[in-house]
Amino acid sequence: MERIVLPEIENLHLIDVYVQNQGYTAVKKAYSQTPDEVIDQVKKSGLRGRGGAAFSAGLKWSFMPKTTNKPKYLCINGDESEPGSFKDRQIFEYNPHQLIEGILITCYAIGAKVAYIYIRGEYHKWIKLMQKAVDDAYAAGYIGEKMKDNFGSDFSCDIYIHKGAGAYICGEESSLMNSLEGQRGYPRIKPPFPAQNGLWGCPTTINNVETITNVPPIINKGWEWFSKIGEPKHPGTILYGISGHVNKPGVYELPSGTLLTDLIYKYAGGVPGNKKVLCVIPGGSSMPPIRGDQIEGVKMDAESLKLVGSAIGTAGVMVMDEDTDLVKVLARISKFYHHESCGQCTPCREGTGWLEKILNRLVRGEGTSDDLDLLISVATNIEGNTICALGEAAAWPVRFMVTRFRDYFEERVKKNISLPVANKVHSMRETAIPLADVSK
Amino acid sequence: MEFKFTEENLQKINSVLTKYPTKKAAVMPVLYIAQEQNGWISLEVMKEVASILEISQEDVLGVVTFYTMYHQKPMGKYHIQVCTNVSCMLRGAYPLYDKVREKLGINNGGVTEDHQFSLEEVECMGSCGTAPMIAVNEDFYENLTVEKAEEILESFKNKN
Repeated sequence: MERIVLPEIENLHLIDVYVQNQGYTAVKKAYSQTPDEVIDQVKKSGLRGRGGAAFSAGLKWSFMPKTTNKPKYLCINGDESEPGSFKDRQIFEYNPHQLIEGILITCYAIGAKVAYIYIRGEYHKWIKLMQKAVDDAYAAGYIGEKMKDNFGSDFSCDIYIHKGAGAYICGEESSLMNSLEGQRGYPRIKPPFPAQNGLWGCPTTINNVETITNVPPIINKGWEWFSKIGEPKHPGTILYGISGHVNKPGVYELPSGTLLTDLIYKYAGGVPGNKKVLCVIPGGSSMPPIRGDQIEGVKMDAESLKLVGSAIGTAGVMVMDEDTDLVKVLARISKFYHHESCGQCTPCREGTGWLEKILNRLVRGEGTSDDLDLLISVATNIEGNTICALGEAAAWPVRFMVTRFRDYFEERVKKNISLPVANKVHSMRETAIPLADVSK
Repeated sequence: MEFKFTEENLQKINSVLTKYPTKKAAVMPVLYIAQEQNGWISLEVMKEVASILEISQEDVLGVVTFYTMYHQKPMGKYHIQVCTNVSCMLRGAYPLYDKVREKLGINNGGVTEDHQFSLEEVECMGSCGTAPMIAVNEDFYENLTVEKAEEILESFKNKN
């Protein structure tokens, strides 16, 4: 299987090696076409965003106004803070120049003269690696004024790296823009959307690191080639980050639509001790969890996961074996969203705290059956009532976990479960709720 | 205590300012430069940053209090961060965190009396595939066991 984003080439992070492997040729090819032609190819390729929403990248670019007297901006979202996601750091480390080349092409397509790469502050090492790559590309004349000579076009742009400072919410695009502007990272009300009113009130496009790293191969090898990889409705490869109870956790670049069971058993080496899978969160901690007895045949792409009542998110797959205490896991997830709520909207600010409090009660063994309904009620009242999607991110795991594992939670509350013996997957099959029914 | 940037850092700030169309946008990188020089963000640091960037002190305070990576008190020489989020938790982060607490004799947010160590329970650091992990200042230590974590702490203790 061919790898697109993280090819198996030694020392590809070095600019010389990257150039020897057709590096910086796609940008030249793109610059010989009109921006609209470039956008059109990316649109036809079917490339969808890899940051969580899986929105068509080419369509997003086409929202940028063609005529405006304001400067335009491109933001690359490398905040990567969703628990279970650790894919972008592989790109910073192993293939930074393909990201830079993707940025150069995107800037041309949307007419942006400046691009910011927003990288989470904790990634000190990867910020340094990425900065080195940007510096090398400047020195080689691939970024800045000198690129005009190199690529035979009038177009030039600059790339800067902005270091975050530990706020999960800054991965939300409007919050990211506020953070870049030097403010608290509060999400903005939409509309207006970034393409109309983004950074400093100017048209702005925000794309995920992995999305943009896919662009140079699309330009070089053509959209037809890309659109034939993996699932037709969500083509290309995906960087699946698999963590938790598997023998070989890590990032695997595989075609979209790879079977979840293949991911766990074929690539990640199965579950330690051959234990059963109790629960899988397929796309980072905010995505609806799937029951271990229902992972058979589940494909890992945006459309297929929708069918089973979950979502691809950032493709950060968390696997939990049969001895996992789901109540503790859910309490930990809720602690996270409570901690990261920016506090603007009451339902999220207060609700995330309540969820954490109730779940901690359950962890201590002081919960009741009513608490389970209360959890669902609080979660439901957060959803859709907040400015940004952190509300959903906090509510979904609670609502879906409690609904889909209701039997487990009931037993736990009634103290019928003597951990780690009783929470076996097979004991719950009869009470399992068909997944499609509980999706919104 | 009054805070002034060193000459070298003032030059760094000038080069940072060229990246953004407004001075205000440089507040995060400038605060990082200040934290590197001063060790933490004091009220005096915020005043100086505000005056250099020509923004209000409240704006700077707002940024400092929003982001967890700006320290509002002096931290230890070695700032130990332990991730306990789900992926790490599933691979034993809590026993590891307990051991670190026991070994250092401090709790979340605490600083040892000799100011050598401080401890923070952090959210997901992006080491899910190499969990569990601790970070010492800027460096990640991954694929840990309780024993390995102990060894790492010992090695920093012996450095003093």
